[in-house]
Amino acid sequence: MMGPLVLEGRWLVEGELRGAVLRLDEPLSFWGGFDPVTGRIIDRSHAQHGVSLAGRVVAMPGSRGSSGTPGVLGESIRRGTAPAAMLVTKADINLVAGSLTAAALYGTSCPILLVASEVFAGLVDGARVAGPPTSSL
Amino acid sequence: MALALDEQEQRWLDGHDGAAMQLAMRLVLAAAEVSGATSFVPIESAHINSCHYSGSLSLDFAEFLLAEGAVLSVPTHTNASLISCDLPTLRPEAATPTEVAGARRLMEIYEALGCSSMWTCAPYQQPEGRPPFGAHVVGSESNAVGFTNSVLGARTNKYGDLLDISAALVGRVPFVGLHTDEGRRATHRFDVSGLSDVWFDDPNLPHLLGVVVGKAVGAGIGVIDGWPSAGEDELKALVAAGAAAGGVDLVHVVGITPEAPTLEAASGGVPVARTTVVGPEDLAAAAAELTTAAGDEPLRAVCLGTPHFSIDELAELVDRLDGRRLAEGVTMLVTTSRAVAAEAALRGLDDRLAASGGSLVLDTCTYYPPRSTGIDGFTLTNSAKWAYYGRGMLDVPIAFTSLERCVESAVAGRWV
Repeated sequence: MMGPLVLEGRWLVEGELRGAVLRLDEPLSFWGGFDPVTGRIIDRSHAQHGVSLAGRVVAMPGSRGSSGTPGVLGESIRRGTAPAAMLVTKADINLVAGSLTAAALYGTSCPILLVASEVFAGLVDGARVAGPPTSSL
Repeated sequence: MALALDEQEQRWLDGHDGAAMQLAMRLVLAAAEVSGATSFVPIESAHINSCHYSGSLSLDFAEFLLAEGAVLSVPTHTNASLISCDLPTLRPEAATPTEVAGARRLMEIYEALGCSSMWTCAPYQQPEGRPPFGAHVVGSESNAVGFTNSVLGARTNKYGDLLDISAALVGRVPFVGLHTDEGRRATHRFDVSGLSDVWFDDPNLPHLLGVVVGKAVGAGIGVIDGWPSAGEDELKALVAAGAAAGGVDLVHVVGITPEAPTLEAASGGVPVARTTVVGPEDLAAAAAELTTAAGDEPLRAVCLGTPHFSIDELAELVDRLDGRRLAEGVTMLVTTSRAVAAEAALRGLDDRLAASGGSLVLDTCTYYPPRSTGIDGFTLTNSAKWAYYGRGMLDVPIAFTSLERCVESAVAGRWV
């Protein structure tokens, strides 16, 4: 069996990134679009409404950050319903701030890797991936 | 070019001034890295939204700042809270105990950190909340960001929760986006010169224009060309609607806003990339989007003051009511700031509103859940922003209409 695809990219929040990709078809705003209690997408207009992100390596195209995003992402990290890691094509400070703050407050974060659009385009749903080396390794 | 930290920034980052300042510096540095900034710019003041309860993280973060010795670097003002301190029945604690207790504690913490207790989304309606032209500041709440940039000509990006207070603590932000001259240049002209005078006299115009601009401008910077005149209350409505409908953080208005004496000045001498001619059909489409009610439902509530009412708006409301009582069963909630309420009290406006049955609501707003007491059915508002959010968040039929029609409807008990 082949090992996971080691992704190239730039760490926005470093950490353990390993698992099967859950590919979102469209951007998601965590604030108003994601329930930190259940870990599911609750935006009714989203194509993947109802899908659980908990523990998955979530690949997010674009960004729909809002000022309420850090609170929702941070809360889901605290509750253990957050994605295991995120792959994004656009750096979003609200996701990064939520993750870094959860790391400081709760000792656990959601690693975020910025990948090029071409890398993102090649990601197949369910593909096993791993992150690039982190500075602490 | 990599970002070089000065001695103080490095001290904070290394934790020499405590864990709170370390986290604040870490977040501001992350913002710089994410945005590709190569330097920081000092700020003069901040208006923060982190003081608005949004779950346990917001509270845990604030407790952490307080416990770990956070010290503000600049005067910092508070945005609206989830709760109203002097009207606890608006969002009763029994219904949502965690949120209400959390919001109350959050207000205490930010006051203990040294923030000034404005609790308003319209800080620019009081002298301390009006940074001078060209000043670099931190804004967070979307209409305040739009107003600060567009109308005052001070400079801010829209800073999200956690980052806004972090920037206030370290007194600096990444020098990118709307802090730079290039980032403020108009790229998309909205030509309204073909509208008739009837539209220019219509109090709904700024709201609807804001929706049109917000939906069309995308990541560009808009400039409205051909609007004969607009005061601060109209510009407030414009930026609030633009921010709600499309994330507008800056919109110039030729001949009216300070960076747009001419179209050329607004666009930095570069021709705009796009022009959209705005016609009555665009405004009508925006209006239709803001109303979800059939219109013949019994009227239950009228929500005014989003963003927080100015003293002039409050005076107009009271004059229009002119002592008449609201119809039986109709609740009127008028949100504003403590500062405007104090002035209203001096002028007796609060008593006149109360005599008609209306309620002045301080510190908070009514368009977000938990649903305010009284909003239990068909609700009218004169705010496109309220309608834009309320239709998705409150689960009641709503309609957008002018202040005049809000008042007449409240007295009649049905939408007139």
